[in-house]
Amino acid sequence: MSDRTQDYRLPAGGLIDRTRRIRFRFNHEWMDGHPGDTLASALLANGIHLVGRSMKYHRPRGILAAGAEDPGALIQRRVTGEPARTDPNWRATQTALVDGLEAESVNVWPSVERDLGAVMGALSPVMGAGFYYKIMQGSRFMWQRVYEPLIRKAAGFGTCPDLPDPDRYEQRHVHCDVLVVGGGPAGLAAARAAARSGARVILADEDERFGGSLLARPRTVEGHAGPEWVASVKAMLKANPEVRLLPRTTVFGYYDGNYLMALERVTDHVSLAEAPAGAPRQRLWHIRAKRVVLATGAHERPLVFGDNDRPGIMLAGAAQEYLHRWAVLPGRDVVVFTTNDRAYEAALDLHTAGATIHAIVDARAEPGPALPAAARAAGIRVVTGYVVAGTTGKTHITGASINKLQADGRAQPHCLETIPCDLLLVSGGLSPVVHLFSQSGGKLRYDTDRLAFVPDRAVQAQASVGACAGTFDLAGCLAEGAAAGAEAARLAGFDPGRGAGEAPACDSEPALGSDSPLWQVRYAKGTEFDWGKPFVDLQNDTTAHDIQQAAREGFESVEHVKRYTLTGFGTDQGKTANINGLGVLAEALGRPMGEAGTTTFRPPYTPVTFAAMAGRDRGDHLDPARLTAIHDRHVAMGAEFEDVGQWKRPWYYPRAGESLHEAVARECQAVREGVGILDASTLGKIDIQGPDAAEFLNRVYTNAWKKLAVGRVRYGLMCREDGMVFDDGTTARIAEDRFLMTTTTGGAAAVMDHLEDYLQTEWPDLRVRLTSVTEQWSTVGIAGPKAGILMARLASGQDLSPESFPFMSWRPAIVAGLHARVFRISFTGELQYEVNVPWHQGGALWDAILRVGVDLGVTPYGTETMHVLRAEKGFIIVGQETDGCQTPLDLGMDWIVSKQKPDFIGKRSLSRSDTARPDRRQLVGLMPKDKRRVVPEGSQIVEPGASRGPKPVPMLGFVTSAYWSPALESGFALALVAGGRARLGVTVSVALPSGEVPAVICDPVMFDKEGARRDGLPAA
Amino acid sequence: MARYSIWSLARNALSHHQHWPRQWRSPEPKRHYDVIIVGGGGHGLATAYYLAKEHDITNVAVLEKGWLGGGNTGRNTTIVRSNYLWDESAALYELSLKLWEGLSKDLNYNVMLSQRGVLNLAHSLGDVRAGRRRAEANRLNGIDSVWLEPAGVKKIVSIINTSSTLRYPILGSTWQPRGGVARHDAVAWGYARAADARGVDIIQNCEVTGLCRDTAGRITGVETTRGPIAAGKVGIVAAGHTSVLAAMADIRLPIQSHPLQALVSEPIKRVLDCVVMSGAIHVYVSQSDKGELVIGAGIDGYNSYAQRGSFHVLEHQTAALVELFPIFARLRMMRTWGGIVDTCPDASPILSRTPVPGLYINGGWGTGGFKATPGSGFVFAHTIARDEPHPVNAPFSLDRFVTGALIDEHGAAAVAH
Ligand SMILES: Cc1cc2nc3c(=O)[nH]c(=O)nc-3n(C[C@H](O)[C@H](O)[C@H](O)COP(=O)(O)OP(=O)(O)OC[C@H]3O[C@@H](n4cnc5c(N)ncnc54)[C@H](O)[C@@H]3O)c2cc1C
Repeated sequence: MSDRTQDYRLPAGGLIDRTRRIRFRFNHEWMDGHPGDTLASALLANGIHLVGRSMKYHRPRGILAAGAEDPGALIQRRVTGEPARTDPNWRATQTALVDGLEAESVNVWPSVERDLGAVMGALSPVMGAGFYYKIMQGSRFMWQRVYEPLIRKAAGFGTCPDLPDPDRYEQRHVHCDVLVVGGGPAGLAAARAAARSGARVILADEDERFGGSLLARPRTVEGHAGPEWVASVKAMLKANPEVRLLPRTTVFGYYDGNYLMALERVTDHVSLAEAPAGAPRQRLWHIRAKRVVLATGAHERPLVFGDNDRPGIMLAGAAQEYLHRWAVLPGRDVVVFTTNDRAYEAALDLHTAGATIHAIVDARAEPGPALPAAARAAGIRVVTGYVVAGTTGKTHITGASINKLQADGRAQPHCLETIPCDLLLVSGGLSPVVHLFSQSGGKLRYDTDRLAFVPDRAVQAQASVGACAGTFDLAGCLAEGAAAGAEAARLAGFDPGRGAGEAPACDSEPALGSDSPLWQVRYAKGTEFDWGKPFVDLQNDTTAHDIQQAAREGFESVEHVKRYTLTGFGTDQGKTANINGLGVLAEALGRPMGEAGTTTFRPPYTPVTFAAMAGRDRGDHLDPARLTAIHDRHVAMGAEFEDVGQWKRPWYYPRAGESLHEAVARECQAVREGVGILDASTLGKIDIQGPDAAEFLNRVYTNAWKKLAVGRVRYGLMCREDGMVFDDGTTARIAEDRFLMTTTTGGAAAVMDHLEDYLQTEWPDLRVRLTSVTEQWSTVGIAGPKAGILMARLASGQDLSPESFPFMSWRPAIVAGLHARVFRISFTGELQYEVNVPWHQGGALWDAILRVGVDLGVTPYGTETMHVLRAEKGFIIVGQETDGCQTPLDLGMDWIVSKQKPDFIGKRSLSRSDTARPDRRQLVGLMPKDKRRVVPEGSQIVEPGASRGPKPVPMLGFVTSAYWSPALESGFALALVAGGRARLGVTVSVALPSGEVPAVICDPVMFDKEGARRDGLPAA
Repeated sequence: MARYSIWSLARNALSHHQHWPRQWRSPEPKRHYDVIIVGGGGHGLATAYYLAKEHDITNVAVLEKGWLGGGNTGRNTTIVRSNYLWDESAALYELSLKLWEGLSKDLNYNVMLSQRGVLNLAHSLGDVRAGRRRAEANRLNGIDSVWLEPAGVKKIVSIINTSSTLRYPILGSTWQPRGGVARHDAVAWGYARAADARGVDIIQNCEVTGLCRDTAGRITGVETTRGPIAAGKVGIVAAGHTSVLAAMADIRLPIQSHPLQALVSEPIKRVLDCVVMSGAIHVYVSQSDKGELVIGAGIDGYNSYAQRGSFHVLEHQTAALVELFPIFARLRMMRTWGGIVDTCPDASPILSRTPVPGLYINGGWGTGGFKATPGSGFVFAHTIARDEPHPVNAPFSLDRFVTGALIDEHGAAAVAH
């Protein structure tokens, strides 16, 4: 138990609920905070600055900032009693304090105070920029087996959960007229002005509270203290039904067409017990906005000097925010190091709150008029023309050494004094948060007055206002916000009304002097390395020295430097590092700051949970399975299923104790000797209508279609432009101007796309319309010598006998009392009927068939049996006998390629020299010499003995299908073999890892070559 | 070239790394070069390096419109493998892999080749057939590729979801132990440094805007944003813009340019030691030496030259990822980006002479050319130097689109990285 008692919490003030305490754990200690706290504010209230360790050198890391930009205070978030709910790399500054929160330092061992990884610090002299490229290149073995594993072991911050995530995530899609990003003064003013017009407004802010800088600094707007004004605007917006307020929502991506992505943390800020029932953990918003107002504020820049990374070194504005918003004094003995006047206000506020400001060290010779005077008046020592050159301390800062700047802008070699302190505030100026603007495609411009990259022209329907546009004063923010909000509403087609765009009044702020740029403290020649490491990126341990070294080595592009030194590659994506890094680089190259631009700002602004991106597309919804209307019957019969495209198809129907092999043998036998039924509903079906339908088919299939009579059915093969087989199926002529095409199960969507593509782009003159009717018809195939008997029973009173209902035709009929279309086609070689009934009647049809066929031993069969039966007949399956590299001729299907037609898709390609080669791989049958063998599908075929020879072994082809055939009482295969058709009877080898299996090439049609069975067997 | 070693590092540490020389010069373009390579990506730089090293052609310039390695070289997910289906591809990618294995030493630059193995998962009976077929073809081609049953997959990656309740359960996988990843930037920089040391001029911020020909149609040089530069031969190695450059010589290529995106998670402690790829449910992932999960999938469907893509594509691959690895659900996406990939109808590259004498094209690598960088540079340098293809790239000529001798790798792996 800890005896920490929030010693650094002020007795009053702050936007926290002091009536309630929250107990939380940090590493081994339990302590208290209040609702409204972040983990960072609660830790600071308890006097804790040391939170983590850096990536490379394991240097102690504290809390630098108060928001998304903090680089170093990363923790592993845990929840008491919820082992699956743990999150790595959470920023303490953005972690809401909730009951049961247990936070642990990451990347430390055994503890953050005494971390053994810190020995890396001793190696730091050699670990300069890109050091790893220069060593360990001599021996692949040493690198891969020794060094790399060590690096991998050391890398990374937090740990991945080891249990699946129990939480739920949602997604929503919304349209709005005006999206305002950022709920600080500018954003609130914009949202209010836009909302007055009746426009649909969304206001999103990553923080739990709206208000932005108004929560961090004492200001008065329209006569109210900042937080009160915020509350009143919020109340007004809340009362407007057209306004949606999204707190805790980070707009993280700005895409084309004013399409923005946002992540709402719905319940992360409350304990599990408090979470509203049914609420998701997080919600991802897809927002399509007519107009966007970006009011995303600015980040303060730290300063770059020796050992500027110790815990207890904090941005001045962050300290001010901890003070006003959370009533926390981050330190009692304070030194301030600044290049601008704003930090003086922070110093004064801390002074008023009871801290001792030992000195304000200002790098400028001439600070501004008002605030420095006020500081002096308050008795604070102000030293101008000085810098902090270095610091002392280990896991916490203990002192700041100050040096005078020489005339050449470098710090004198010797320090004036080292001022003891427990808090060093730093401020290097403000960097507008231009991330979203930049993502939207907008270009940035370096503003030499404001010393900042600011948005240039907007390229989408968007405006940037307030600090993110480089306007840092409150009056300016409010004015720009209100004007932009009203204008956005107007541009979206609403009347904001007179006065809506007027600036809300605020009390005037003290006049500020100008900032002066200080990208790094430069030291007198020869003393550059005497003051410790000047960090630029606190998370990745990039120093100014690294950047200078990179420049020396020829890395001049900002992107090169980023990559070579890893600046900005961390979980904060360099929010506090990038601009300083650019400044250091500009100085190293002797170029003006800003000339080389910035590195690209990439989404997301802050990290986004994977599960939120997946939303509800989890489990079965990853790709919802398509089920036929008969599916439940298959389940009830104990079918095993196969995924074919998105469909679940019965693979085989094992009876108790039956293996796949036994079940398939039984099913095959039933079809060859009795009657079997197959659920064929999954085949793609396309209704093709229009006066040019026949002409259309004539162009997409390789064979002729014009003369097909109504009532007849034809098999067709489709090629791509390159002449390779693409899909196949039967197509029936329903009427003069109407056909019903069937496709393969997996290929249906691709065929539909293919056909539409040609209709819409190549042949817009054809009067043809396509409709997918796959799910309008349930189809049951009835196959076997006894199929005729069964059919006669099902369609009593109608003559569907093979004699009067010829092969390859179709008829309307009443089957089992249902209106049906019956097709006489066959994929098994047996007498076969395919009965199509309206989708929802599939189950009834199935049941009826089973009922009337009991005495015939009617047997459901699955895809595996179907494959065996069709393979015995040498029928191809597109996607199995083909892989996109077979012409119809390769498959021995020249009979289906019209020589008369002027054109069809792929025709031209068939005559290309390679496509017409005689020694292409051709479809053949393969009989293993040892009849018991069923070789694995996919096996390669070689000349006998070749696989024992040197590699590469020439391959003749491969096995496309292989099964055990009960009818042939042998294993057999289909294969594609080079010049195969000319080699019938030749023995080749199927090369297996275990050795070669000899097999004889044969005709692919192995069963009932004459086709005697397709009209049924003569009555025995 | 100042050699890098642990000793030079230690020596330089003593002087605070103040004396490292430039890794490559930044020369002004000369008026004439024997060979100009358009495009300073890995393939272009490798081509220049091997021209100098293998063929003694050192009056060479690499012209790069931006910063070298800033195209797909610096944007890819760095998967290296050679287990391609067809003999022609297997020969090309295996030549590459062999060069990879000696590359750090050859370049005196640690390109961090990490042969931690690549799994290509099968999720349907069709996948199983295709996977076995590829593994068998590889075996006979002398490539270390094997077929694994689900239990074997689980043994290699214990955190993967092999449950039968997965929407598309894992039915097996191919496994290439010598596959892995490498550090993309180091490949560009290592080749640049080594080529520069052999006299090659690397000229950045120099965009080629035109190709010049004499009256006989032979290439004579290039127009650039830094003025005209004469050349005996020109090689186009401008992934993402291959057809744009070819059009400057009135050559139409059968190439479609698409965005391809990738993303990384925040760095976490080591959880995944090999590369896992799933074509069927469309995601692949590895964990970098920094601890980030590096994740990619398929192209964005539309044509584009903007180096960014659509968010829904990332959503789909992330959904697939968390199904395959349920424990990744709470991890977070830290950074996303996109590149432009030039895809050929047969998913194989073009490494070829052209109808324009003196003009050569290396492109159309689609989503998977990083792994080929060394081999591609090696055979392309041969092609330029001798004005005839190396036997390994002969099948990858432009005229295959006329003869029909395509090398179609689509069927083999739906996601072909
Ligand atoms: C997101 C993503 C992931 C990928 N993942 C993998 C993977 O895991 N494994 C794999 O093997 N491959 C992968 N790839 C593919 C691989 O990156 C590319 O195939 C390969 O990098 C192409 O090589 P390159 O060096 O020629 O290309 P690039 O690096 O793109 O080089 C081409 C260069 O040409 C320059 N250029 C263009 N036009 C001009 C001009 N007019 N003048 C001068 N210069 C010009 C460009 O600026 C560019 O620098 C991926 C690609 C992307 C985009």
